[in-house]
This record gives sequence, structure tokens and C-alpha cells, in this order.
Amino acid sequence: MQWDIVIGLEIHVQLATRTKIFSGSSTAYGAEPNTQANAVDLAMPGTLPVPNEQAFRYAVMFGLAVNAEIERRSVFERKNYFYPDLPKGYQTTQLERPIVGPGYVDIDLANGETKRVRIHHAHLEEDAGKSLHEDFHGMTGIDLNRAGTPLIEVVTEPDMNNADEAVACARKLHGIVTSLGICDGDMSQGSMRFDVNISLKPKGSDVLGTRTETKNLNSFRFMEQAIAHEVERQMDILEDGGTIIQETRLYNGDRNESRSMRTKEEANDYRYFPCPDLLPVVIDDAFIDEARNSLPELPDARKARFMEQYGLNDYDASLLASDSKLATFFEAAAERGKDAKLASNWVQGEFSARLNAEEKSVADSPITGAQLGDLVVRIADNTISSAGAKKVFEALWTGENDNVDAIIDAKGLKQVSDTGELEKMVDEVLASMPDQVAQYQQESDPKKQKKMLGGFMGPLMKASKGQGNPKLFNEILVKKLGG
Amino acid sequence: MHNKSVAELSRELESGKISSVELIRDYLGRLKTEDEQLNSFITITEEQALADAHAADEQRAAGKATPWTGVPFAHKDIFCTNGVATTCGSKMLANFVPPYDATVTANFRKAGAVCLGKTNMDEFAMGSSTESSYFGATTNPWGLSRGEKRVPGGSSGGSAAAVAARLVPAATATDTGGSIRQPAALCGVTGLKPTYGRVSRYGMVAFASSLDQGGTMARTAEDNALMLNVMAGFDPKDSTSIDREVPDYTATLDEPLKGLRIGLPKEYFTGSLSAAMEEQVRSAIREYEKLGATVKEVSLPHANLAIAAYYVIAPAEASANLSRFDGARYGYRCEDPKDLLDMYTRTRAEGFGDEVKRRILVGTYALSAGYFDAYYLKAQKVRRLIQQDFINAFKEVDVLMSPTTPSPAFVQGEKTSDPVTMYLEDVFTIAINLAGIPAMSVPAGFVDGLPVGLQIIGDYFSEARLLNAAHQFQQVTDWHQREPQ
Amino acid sequence: MTISREDIEKVAVLARIRVEEEQVSALEKDLGNILDLVDQLGAADTESVEPMAHPLNAVQRLRPDEVTETNQREAFQAIAPATENGLYLVPRVIE
Repeated sequence: MQWDIVIGLEIHVQLATRTKIFSGSSTAYGAEPNTQANAVDLAMPGTLPVPNEQAFRYAVMFGLAVNAEIERRSVFERKNYFYPDLPKGYQTTQLERPIVGPGYVDIDLANGETKRVRIHHAHLEEDAGKSLHEDFHGMTGIDLNRAGTPLIEVVTEPDMNNADEAVACARKLHGIVTSLGICDGDMSQGSMRFDVNISLKPKGSDVLGTRTETKNLNSFRFMEQAIAHEVERQMDILEDGGTIIQETRLYNGDRNESRSMRTKEEANDYRYFPCPDLLPVVIDDAFIDEARNSLPELPDARKARFMEQYGLNDYDASLLASDSKLATFFEAAAERGKDAKLASNWVQGEFSARLNAEEKSVADSPITGAQLGDLVVRIADNTISSAGAKKVFEALWTGENDNVDAIIDAKGLKQVSDTGELEKMVDEVLASMPDQVAQYQQESDPKKQKKMLGGFMGPLMKASKGQGNPKLFNEILVKKLGG
Repeated sequence: MHNKSVAELSRELESGKISSVELIRDYLGRLKTEDEQLNSFITITEEQALADAHAADEQRAAGKATPWTGVPFAHKDIFCTNGVATTCGSKMLANFVPPYDATVTANFRKAGAVCLGKTNMDEFAMGSSTESSYFGATTNPWGLSRGEKRVPGGSSGGSAAAVAARLVPAATATDTGGSIRQPAALCGVTGLKPTYGRVSRYGMVAFASSLDQGGTMARTAEDNALMLNVMAGFDPKDSTSIDREVPDYTATLDEPLKGLRIGLPKEYFTGSLSAAMEEQVRSAIREYEKLGATVKEVSLPHANLAIAAYYVIAPAEASANLSRFDGARYGYRCEDPKDLLDMYTRTRAEGFGDEVKRRILVGTYALSAGYFDAYYLKAQKVRRLIQQDFINAFKEVDVLMSPTTPSPAFVQGEKTSDPVTMYLEDVFTIAINLAGIPAMSVPAGFVDGLPVGLQIIGDYFSEARLLNAAHQFQQVTDWHQREPQ
Repeated sequence: MTISREDIEKVAVLARIRVEEEQVSALEKDLGNILDLVDQLGAADTESVEPMAHPLNAVQRLRPDEVTETNQREAFQAIAPATENGLYLVPRVIE
């Protein structure tokens, strides 16, 4: 049977405010447990919430960036459930009148097409604390530093039909919030958390299937794998004539497996009702205008500019523009390196691969865009070969040395581009290989001839101690062999 | 000395006739012996009170006295007091010593008042008799001499009984459905529930957030005004407190009442009200006519729905407000919980009393799937109708007057078996909380030797007018000066 | 309106209050009486009436994003039932 895959995303975005959504406690990451949990965060008796203006400003900026309506009179509700990381026994969130109404983002697909994904809404809410299940005499430790950190939860429509689209959408939203500066985008620290709703339906059917929600996707790679895994799991069940249970599943990226989060699905009844400790939040034109005026360049605009200013193609521009830190890094490399296309290749190639391999974000990169730009300069002016460039990159990355030219000198990576010197080496090598020269000259097929040139390159590189410019060697060879 | 009002004590301290230390020693001595019968205090803070009295005398000597400097008073045990147990009348918080002050507590501290301790109350302010306190019932000083043990009303029954028995000249209180006015009426003292948002709720343990309001209790209207001067005002820590100028409530006490338009809601002069009670209230209203007021009948057509709306909204809000009492971070935790669920369910089953549990369960039910619209949403709509009734009434009159309660103080145990009977105690007071308007109870006579309260209801932020009306009444009557034997 | 035993058991679970078997009948009666009282609401005509969540028609004030709180862990944990290494300790969740 053929299946259509239907995917929607729910994204929790931790807002980069200085303080919590309802109290003046710091939100700085990494503090000692419970040192940033004050009376309000601990739900001490009689304490009351007072909302943070910056959280609203950030939410409005997000709304404007995803072309959404801003709710002029938004309301907080209480979502009631008991859990030790939720001190009040309810989460203060928004249900009926979220701050951000329907909107959309356009995502760029690998095939060059653009797809519109609708945003259902985004609401403000408070984050929970953390439960630490290491062994405290068989007990659980609770750290409430994170409790009350402002979040926006972004809910998309189920407009995506495969993992690539879902990841593209996730990257797009990641790019938007990091460009806006409203979130640091660090998925490994949980600053941005993606939940994926997946269902299958028979190809062409209008009826949506039962969906599952997969949580705990702390990288785009895991997200892609988790979707593939869940689609396969559902397909197996359906093709065996089984039914999908609506449930929340926890994905384990290291093992590429998932499990149901609750053995017996508790009848959730959150008993939402308007929070009587908070009044309706009225957002006026002036507030929205101020937020609009403070919007920085967003990924779509940046992509257009990259194409225009650096002559990048659609795909490269889109990729580099999607992540604000990557974009800034690329621009530094391109400005310094002068050759934007080459800078783009290096940023997307060696640099990104290295970040991925070490599970680092651009912010943690040991090298700067300007350093990569210096490297690009030396590749472009033929000072080093691409093999040499990789060696320079390695030295920069490991911190062996932070100056490109110094590394080239120290490692003797400078290519010999003096034609006279190179011609002398070619003459010597050709003289030592008369048989091969004869074979070459008797060959009439230019393709085969081209292949035979490779046979001379090895000895030439050896003669030049690896420093001969291969491109020049090639030209000289062709000339000398009477091409 | 013990019959003196806050205003009088303040003048005596100012004149140097007595020091605060002497005054506080005297009050503490009396409190410790007299309260054995009443049980109006949960905690007496003797040491702290004496230290505060010393500090107050120094302040006064330094010329930095306020009207409250060195004057004794008490806090209802619902207001958080830094370093002093704040129990809310519950086993759940029996061991709870907050490391912070409620805004109301901080305001009295700043004014230099000397807190003698924390007064008894119905558990989590849920009740009308102060019988549901984990620390035992409070007894009304009225009727004691006849050997009767009557309730002081509730939930602020400890504050009312303490003020009536002259253990303190004033005490803070809170009112969610009548918890200031009903005990004030039953104990023969004067109490004021301000407009919702007038007094900060920060640090006041929440029962029903959209109804709770801190207020005042003393023997005279003037002392209520002095208290409100300290308590009222905008608090940036309470999103529902109102940023609006606070008048000097004592400044307008002496205004004449000539031309005051009084409305009598006809719905509050029927049904459960006894003839004897009604006569006392009507006689009080005749006094107002003598003072130059005019009286007319008005109607609050939805008044009969107030109790029903209240018993959806208040339990619903309470069911969420009391979720924080889970045994995890403070307060009671059950012995040897075997897992998390066991800790939650036993802590809450053992830590809360029956009435609190009933209200949490009712509120949970009213909010649960399938019932939300029929109960909660419906109640909120009725709430608006009730509010509209008052808005309409205040287009015609300046204040409304009614009995505070349908009957005088009842005997302990009489209404504990049926929660609904107890709820009907608040039949005349509850709508005021739903609307969020201010109201007072003023001593207005006796029935069978027990005090009767006159309720005076005003429009939003009309506390000064209510206090003025009460004060003028107290210039021509002495019900508020009567002392229980 | 009557409330069934099942309803009572359900809300007791939601409210995390243990209700012993022998308490259920009394609760059935008491909660049933309260709900009877509340059912008077049905008589009100609330067609086109806007629900009222707050007594005053005020709007929310927003707080500037400035840190105003300092670390008071010691004071707060001094009154906690169980702590270790700065963490609040609670029993494990048993699924």
C-alpha cells in the first residue's frame, strides 16, 4: 500500500530574556541548582506572578517574522497537572487567546522548490524545572532554576509530508528565532525543543490517520532519523492491519529507537481556565510598531541579499541565510576572502562537517569567519593547494596557530608557481620516463591521453616535494608533450 | 486601657502618658490568660512584640512616629510573616515559617505597628465559623457568660473574637465571600472588605484569587480607616492590585450624611432573615434617616444566584491555588511515601481538612472536561449579571444597606454536619465579592443578647464614603462600644 | 445533580487526594448537595452575556526585564521536607 505522510511540528522556544516570565529571577544557564528559584518560582504560598514585558516583545517580534496576526488582548490560562518540576501544580500558559495568531513560513527544499508551512499559533508560557533521576537514595532531585523561563510554543499546521520538509521547516524557524535574537537556538541545552506529530494515511485519502507525538529531538539529524523511524514503525503496524495508538513517544537518538512515554496513558484532563492572578494583556499599535522597527534582517531577506551581493545560487544562499550565526560567519569569511563562492563552499563543506562531527554550534567554533577568509584568500591566489588548505584548516581548528600565513610557512605548504622552476622539473621527469612519453604521443584518443597525464603527476609532485602547483604542472605537461 | 481604640492609644503614646513597651506588656499579659477560653490566636509572638515595642519607643523618641508606631494589633494567620509561622489554619502549613513578608505585613512593619501574633481562622479561609481550623475552634466571647459556646463566624473568626474581647484593638482579616463582615457582625465589631485590588494580595495565602481581598477589623470605623491607610495601595508584586491614588481615609470621617441616598435591596430583606434581626437593621436605618439620609427600595434581581455562582468560581480557583501544597518544597509531607503519587495523595489527604478537600474536589469537578461550560463558564456569566445589578443600583443610590447575616452567632457544631447550611451564612455577603465592590459590617444592635451587623455596601473605591457613613452612625450609637462579659 | 462514585474517584485522582473507600458515600452526599445548590445557575438566562473573569476592567501591567531577585536557596531550603546538594528531593515516579 502507498501512504501519505503527514507531519506537524510543535516547537518550544526559550526566550533569551534576562529574567523569568513571571518573576525577576535570572534565567542564566548553568547556575547551581535552585539558586535562581525565588519565592514566586517555588510557588511559595501567597506569591503572585507579574509578567515580563520583554517576553511579550519577543513573542510579538516572532509573530511579525512569521507573518502572523498579533492578538491585541491575550489571556493566560492555567493548565492543571501535578509534577515535581511544576511547583504551582499548574502551568501558566495561553490557550484561547494566544499572543501570536495564524501565520506562515516559506521553506526552501533541496529540489529548489519553495513550500509554505502554515503556523497555527504561538503562545507564551512558562518552562518547567528539571528532574534529576540520578540516585539520591532512590529519590529524585528537583532543580527549579529553569522553572518560569519564558517559552513560546509554536504550533504548525500538519503541512509537511516528509522528513526533509520537516527539517527544512525546523531549520527555518531556528533561523528566524536566532536572527531575531529572541533565542540562542542551542538545541543541545534545550533552548529550542522540537516535537514532531506524525500520522500516515492511504495515498490520496482526505482522512487523517491517528498521530503520535515524538519528543526529545535535540538535533536536526536526530529529528530526521526519528521521523524516518516513526514513519517506518507506523507503516509496519498499519500494513499488519494494526492500529496506531495516539501517544507521546520518546526518541533515543543514540540507539535510533523510541518508546511510549507512558505505559498506561493517563486520562489527561488539564482543566484549563483563565488565570485569575493575571489580567488580559493588551498590545497596542505602538508596541507592535516598536517591535516591527526593531526587527533585524530575517533569513528570507538575507537569502535574497546573498544571491544579489555575493552571486550565490538559490540553494547555497538559502542554506547560509537560514542560520544567523552561520550567515554572519559566512559574511566575515566572504568579506575577507573576496571569493564568496569559495567561502560558501568552505563554510558549507569543511567547516559545517567539522561542527557536525564534534556536535558543536557555530558559536562554539574555534575559528572565526575572518580566519577562514584568510584561508580562502590563499586558496584563491594559488598559494596553497586544496590539500594544503585542509592542513591549514586543521591547524586553525586545533588552535595550533591562529595565523593562516604563519601556518603555511611553518608547514611549508606554499606551492611553487614559478613557471621556470616548474618547467625544469617537468623536463627532468619527462627525460626519465621516455617510454611513457612515447606511449602518450602515439595515443590518438584525447580522453586516454588525459588519463595518462596522471602518470606524470606523481613523480612531479615528488620532485617538487608536494609544493608544485598541480594546475601549472598540468599546463606545462600538455605543452611539452606536444598536445 | 483595653477598651481604648487605636486612635486613642496612638494619642496616649504620642502624649508620652505610656510607652509602647508598657502597653505591649500589658496587652500580652492579658492575651495570654484571656485567650485560653477563646482560642483566637494560633501564635503569640511575645518576644518579637516586645522587641518591636522597644524599637517603636525609640522611633517615637526620634520624632519619627506614625499613628501606628507602638500600637498593638494582630494578623490573621493567612498573611505571611517573615520568621513567624504562617499556618492558614491548616495542618498542611502547621510547620511553615515563611522567609518573606506579605505586602500587608511589610506595610504594618513600616508603620511601626506591633504585631502580637497570628489569629485563628477556618482552614485556608474556607468556612464561616472558624471551626475548621487545625488548631481548634475559636469561641465567640458573646454568650460565654451564659455558658454558651458560640461561633465567632469565619473565616476571620480569630481576628473578630480577639478584637471583640479587647485582646487587640485591631486585626487584619480577609474576605472571599464574607469572611470579614460575617465574623465582624457575629462578634459585634466593625469590619471592612475593600474594593478588589485596593489591598495587595501578595503574601496572603490564596483561596480564590479573583475574590480574595485583605481588609480591616476593629471596634470603630475610625480605626478601620487608620488600618486601611496602612494597607491600601498599589503593589507592583500583585498584578491585580490597582494603581490608583489612596486618600487619607480618616480625613472624610466627619463629613455630614445629609442627602446620602441609601438603597435597601429588597432581596436582602426576605427569606431566612428573622423578624428580630430585621427590626434591628431597620432601626439602624432609621438612625441614618435622622442623620439626613434618604432611603429607597432597590432590586438586585440576580442576588439569589450569588451563592450558586460563588460555589463554582471559588472552589474552581481554589482547586488550582491549593495544588502547590504537594509536600515537595515546604509544609507537610506524609510519612514514608512509597512513590511520588503516594506522596501527593497522602500528603494532601492528611494535610487538608474535610471542607478544604470538599472544595478542591468540587472545583476540580467543575473544571473537568464536559462540565466546564455548564459550571465554570455559566458561573462567570452569572457573575457579570450580579455585577450589573450593583452597577445599576448605584446609578440610583450612594450606598446599599442590609443585614450582614440572616441570624446571630450560632452554637458551635450546629452547622458542621451539612456544608450547604454553612454556606447559606454568607447569603447577604457573597454577591459583593463576586462584584468586587467594598462593603462593611457595623454593629447595629442585639438579638437575644447577641450582636447584629448592618452591612453597608458601596460602589467601587468608595471606602472613604463607607467609613464616613459608619463613623457617623457610631457617633450617635454605642453598639460598637458594648463589651462582652 | 448527583455525582457518581466513579466521578468522585476520578476527581480525587485529578486532585491528588487519596479518598478511602469508606469516605466515598459521605462525599457523594456532600458533593451532591453542593452541586444541587450550584444547579440553580441553570435557571439564569445568560444568552449573550460575556463571562466575567475579573471584578475590575483593568489590563495587565508588564514588568521591565530586570533581575530583582538574589539567591535565597538557603532560606527556602531550610523549610523544605528533604533536600540534598541544593536539590529538592521527592520520591521516584513509579510507572
